[in-house]
Amino acid sequence: MITEIAPAPERAVSESARPRRGHRAWDEVPRRRIYLPLSVYLLFTLVPFYWILLFALRPAGSTSLVPWPVTFEHFGKVWTDRGFGTYFANSVYVGLATLVLTTVVALAGGYALARFDFRAKRGFMLALLCSQFVPGALLLVPLFQIFAKLSMINSLGSVVIAETVFQLPLSMILISGFIRNVPYSLEEAAWVDGCNRLTAFRIVVLPLLRPGLIAVGSFAFVHAWNHFLFALMFLSDQGKQTIPVGLNTLMSADSVDLGALAAGGIVAAVPVVVVFAFIQKWLITGFSAGAVKG
Amino acid sequence: MAQAAAVAEPPAPPRRRRASATPRRLPYLLIAPAALLMLGFIAYPVLSVFYYSLQNYNPTKPWRNGFAGLGNFTQAFSHDPQFWDTLTFSAKWVVVEVGLQLLFGLALALIVNQTFVGRALGRALVFSPWAVSGVLTSVIWVLLYNSQTGITRYLADVGMGSYGTSWLSDTSTVFPAAVVADLWRGVPFFAILILADLQSVSRDLYEAAEVDGASRLKQFWHITLPHLKDAIVLSTLLRAVWEFNNVDLLYTLTGGGPAGETTTLPLYIANTSVDAHNFGYASALTTVAFVILLFCSMVYLRLSKFGGETK
Repeated sequence: MITEIAPAPERAVSESARPRRGHRAWDEVPRRRIYLPLSVYLLFTLVPFYWILLFALRPAGSTSLVPWPVTFEHFGKVWTDRGFGTYFANSVYVGLATLVLTTVVALAGGYALARFDFRAKRGFMLALLCSQFVPGALLLVPLFQIFAKLSMINSLGSVVIAETVFQLPLSMILISGFIRNVPYSLEEAAWVDGCNRLTAFRIVVLPLLRPGLIAVGSFAFVHAWNHFLFALMFLSDQGKQTIPVGLNTLMSADSVDLGALAAGGIVAAVPVVVVFAFIQKWLITGFSAGAVKG
Repeated sequence: MAQAAAVAEPPAPPRRRRASATPRRLPYLLIAPAALLMLGFIAYPVLSVFYYSLQNYNPTKPWRNGFAGLGNFTQAFSHDPQFWDTLTFSAKWVVVEVGLQLLFGLALALIVNQTFVGRALGRALVFSPWAVSGVLTSVIWVLLYNSQTGITRYLADVGMGSYGTSWLSDTSTVFPAAVVADLWRGVPFFAILILADLQSVSRDLYEAAEVDGASRLKQFWHITLPHLKDAIVLSTLLRAVWEFNNVDLLYTLTGGGPAGETTTLPLYIANTSVDAHNFGYASALTTVAFVILLFCSMVYLRLSKFGGETK
C-alpha cells in the first residue's frame, strides 16, 4: 500500500534539471496549508477503519477504545458458526472465475477491435459504450427469469456470468487500447519468422500486455468479490452465498452481533487489500496507458 | 509460401494490411463470445423490460396478466406518490453526493499533488477507502453509528449529544448520516481521477502566470480548472449514473428507511419486483429510469460542451 501511486517521471526530471529560482514555485505552498487539511481528512478516512478493527479485536461487551486484550474469538465465531468459511470459498470461486472469463473474452474481443477493420465494428463499439449506461440493478428481474430458464438459480455460475457481462464492455475497451499500444510491426515480424497469428500473439504481444491484463483482471476480481446484488438475488441456498450476502445477513439480524460483524468485514476486506497492495504499481500504469489511447 | 508472400508485400498501413492467410471471419469469431454474452444478458433483458412495461405481469396474480398499454406509466405518473418521492430522493441523493465528492475530491487531489514529506504514504492512506465495497462501507458505518457502542456514546461521554442516539433511525439525521458514509468511499474516486489529470498540466503555464504576477487563486481558476474540465465532466457524469443506480450501500445501511425516507428509485423498483412480484409495473418504472438517465446524460454533455473548444 505504501508505494507511490501516480509517479510522474517527466516532472521529476524537469524539476531536477531546472535550477531553483528565488521566488516560490507553484508547488511551494506553506506546509501548514498542506498538513492541516490533510490531517483532518486522514482522520475522517482512518477513524472508520480503526473502528472496525476495534470491534473485531476487543472482547464482546467491552467499551474500551483500545483493543486490548486482543481476542480472536469473533473471527473464530464468524468463520465457523456463521459460515464465513463457506462464503469465503464461494467468493473466491466467483472472483477467480469472473477474472478468467472476463479477461479471456475481453482479450479476444479487444484484439479484434484493435487489429481489424470489419463491418460491424462501429456498431459494436457503440453497443459497448451504450452498455455503460445500463444499470445491472434495474435488470434483476429479467436476469432472474433467464437464469431460472437455464436452471442456474442457486448456482454460482449465474453470478459469474452476470458479473462478467457487466465487466466486459469496459474491459474490452481498455484491452483494445493496450493492444493498440503494441506496434503492429512486432507481430508482422513474427509472422515473417514463421509464426502463425496465434503464436505471434502469444510470444510477442501477450508479454507486453501484462500490466494491462493485470489491471483489468484484478479489477474484475475485486468487483466480483465486492458486488452484492446479483449474489443476493440469484443464490438463495445458504451454502451457496458469498461474503457480501453473509455480511448483509449479519447486519439485518434482529440483534446484531457487532463483534462478529466487524470480524466478517475484515475477512471481506483482506483479499482486496492484498490484491491492491500487490498490483498497485501495475494498476496505475495499466490504467493510464489504456485511458490515454482508449 | 505464406511467409514469402508476406515479405514480398510492400509495407502498408496496419489497418489495410489484412494478412492474406487471415480468414475474413476471424474478427467476428473473436468478438463472438463477447457479443453473445452481451446480447443474451444485456440486450435481451433490456428488451424484455420494455416489453413487460406494457404488460400487467405478476406471477402471483396470473389471472390479471395481459396487455396493459400505457397503464403502468399512467399509474406511475398520476397515481403513485411513492414513485415521485423516490425519484425526488434519487435526484437529491445524486446531486448532493456527486457535488460534495467532486468538491472534496478536487481539494484532496490538489493537496496531495504538492510535494511534501510523506506524500506517498499520505496518498495511499487517503485513497484507501476507494477499494472498499458498498456492503463493507455499510458494515463500518453501522458499527460507527450504532446507538449503544457507536461514536455517539463516546461523544456523549464528553458531553456532546445524549446516550442512545441512533442517527440511522431518526428521519432528521438519516440523510446526512448516509451521505457522509457514501462520501467516505466516494471522494477518493474523484481524487484519483483528478490527480491523474493534474499530472499533465504543463508547468510552464504556471511559471508564465507567476511571472505575470497572477495570484495562486487566479492560476487555479484560469489554468488548472480549464485543464481539468473534460475529466471533471466525464467523471461527474459516470459517477452520477453510478450513484443513481447503486443500491448496495443504501440497501444494507438503511434498507431505504426509516419510513421510506432514504428509498431511491432503483430501491423502490427492486422492492416492487422482488417483494411485491409486480414485474410489469417494475419494468415500467425501470423504463422511466432509463429514459431519465439517458436524457439527463445528454443534456449534461451538451450543456458542458464536453470535448469542446477548451484549452
